[in-house]
Amino acid sequence: MTIQDRYPVKHVLYPYRRSADQDAEVPARHPVVIVGGGPIGLALALDLGLKGQKVLLLDDHEGVGLGSRAICFSKRTLEIVHRLGAGAEMVAKGVVWQKGRVFHDRDEIYSFDLLPEDGHRCPAFINLSQVDFEKFLADAIDRAAEKGAEIEMRGKNRVDAVETNENGATLDIMTPEGRYRIEADWLIACDGARSPLRDMLGLGFDGRVFEDNFLIADVKMTADFPTERWFWFDPWFKSGASALLHKQPDDIWRIDFQLGWDIDREKELKEENIRARVDAMLGPEVEYELDWTSIYTFQCRRMEKFRHGRVVFAGDAAHQVSPFGARGANSGLQDTDNLAWRLDLVLRGLAGEDLLDDYDSERVFAADENILNSTRSTDFITPKSETSRRFRDAVLALAADHAFARPLVNSGRLSLPCTYDGFGPDDLEGPARSRPGAPAPDAPLNEGFLLDHLGWDFCMLGLGVDVPEALDAHGLAVTGLVIKEPPDLIRDRYLGTAPGAVYLIRPDQHVLARWPSFEAEAVRAAMARALGKAGR
Amino acid sequence: MTLKLDPNLSDPDGFYAALIDAHEALDAEASAALNARLILVLANQIGDLELLKAALDVAK
Repeated sequence: MTIQDRYPVKHVLYPYRRSADQDAEVPARHPVVIVGGGPIGLALALDLGLKGQKVLLLDDHEGVGLGSRAICFSKRTLEIVHRLGAGAEMVAKGVVWQKGRVFHDRDEIYSFDLLPEDGHRCPAFINLSQVDFEKFLADAIDRAAEKGAEIEMRGKNRVDAVETNENGATLDIMTPEGRYRIEADWLIACDGARSPLRDMLGLGFDGRVFEDNFLIADVKMTADFPTERWFWFDPWFKSGASALLHKQPDDIWRIDFQLGWDIDREKELKEENIRARVDAMLGPEVEYELDWTSIYTFQCRRMEKFRHGRVVFAGDAAHQVSPFGARGANSGLQDTDNLAWRLDLVLRGLAGEDLLDDYDSERVFAADENILNSTRSTDFITPKSETSRRFRDAVLALAADHAFARPLVNSGRLSLPCTYDGFGPDDLEGPARSRPGAPAPDAPLNEGFLLDHLGWDFCMLGLGVDVPEALDAHGLAVTGLVIKEPPDLIRDRYLGTAPGAVYLIRPDQHVLARWPSFEAEAVRAAMARALGKAGR
Repeated sequence: MTLKLDPNLSDPDGFYAALIDAHEALDAEASAALNARLILVLANQIGDLELLKAALDVAK
């Protein structure tokens, strides 16, 4: 029996090995089964494993593949993987960037700087191939496993059928040695935009398809263009209706050309035709190799709900956006960040299953924000009507000479973490950026950075205010961290004009509440709300 | 007063989306008519003839 690869595997990481489960008389039961070993499944497995949970990850390949190629990883993603122990290698290997330029024909009409301030461990963005991103996560899983984390990855294990009930799911799994079954208390679908699990469960995935085709060419060349995101509307070199140039590690450059809707895919994918477009852009004298090419169309859509009883969807399986804005993998990593601590508390019996409903509502909200931004960018790049095109061209024409039109130029609004407004209380007249619901801003602290000190539990952060080392709240230990004399950047980002503050911060580093002083009962009340124990 | 040519929109992406949405499903003639009405409404908001003439010059 064989399981066909759907794409070439670059690094074999979890070759097929027979598992004792395949010989079990009764299907073995696992607390958490993750389906899909892409960036989202790997990050979730690592996070849960580091939290002490036993995790089984199933993938129908044997390692990191060449099936999909995200390249832009955001600051928030890097902060998350840093907590998971994989961030330093990624930043070291990645191409750090924060500036973008937009051109119309030959003229620069707009530019942006995504992180115009210092004092953060992680840069605004790095470009890194998805292959390397996954490899670094898998390496971190190996290191965690050596220290005792119970994360098992089974390659060439393809889920062919699923049955669910209120206690979990039963999976039919195909392997090169035949079928077997397992049971799962919780099943997490990280199996990508075409999610077979979503189809097996008969769940919908509605949204918009954009009528346009984009050619991606990753080319290998030594060139000295700056490490900025360059985007052209109506480029002078005529290789597409728009074009993108962006540097990756190892002398690879990502190039995108917008081809339009009615194209002959096979013809456009011929090497000589791709080279004609690239040559026109780079000039005939530039030598390069084509590393990887593909033609893709966009969709913006999401599932109505991300939690279906004991089955939870994350990443592209739950929501899909166009690539302009780098909101795919980056939002998926935020899904795992939001999901892991909740699942951990539920599995430990410290919170009820309803805690997962807040994953659903928060990440659906975030998905809508990402879809909105991504749709607006795509509507600007691919106008859907003659009038829309006329306004777009008017913006481009005015932007060259007049600053007012430049903020309307939209070649992608790059991924920012979602702020879940509605948390609280917010009893501090503090800065808006660190308000309840927002991800806690990073800042230098001692020899390192603040986020590294927040730990893995709920955290009470006392800034110029004493808080206890630990506080029991509904069976959970909330850890206290006191910074007696906050350095200037922490003051700027957390206090503003307030003399001191107490922040309550979730394990995913989102601010839950803030006060000017410490009161144990106020912290317990905010914890009760966060844990779904205060009535809804 | 002089014509503002620096960014002044509080939510540029929100405005642009609302503008394009207003034209949803309109044919070319209906779109042009909508634009004409919109210009007249905005002109009234601006009021001052010298400003309006300066805006016409920028657009020409």
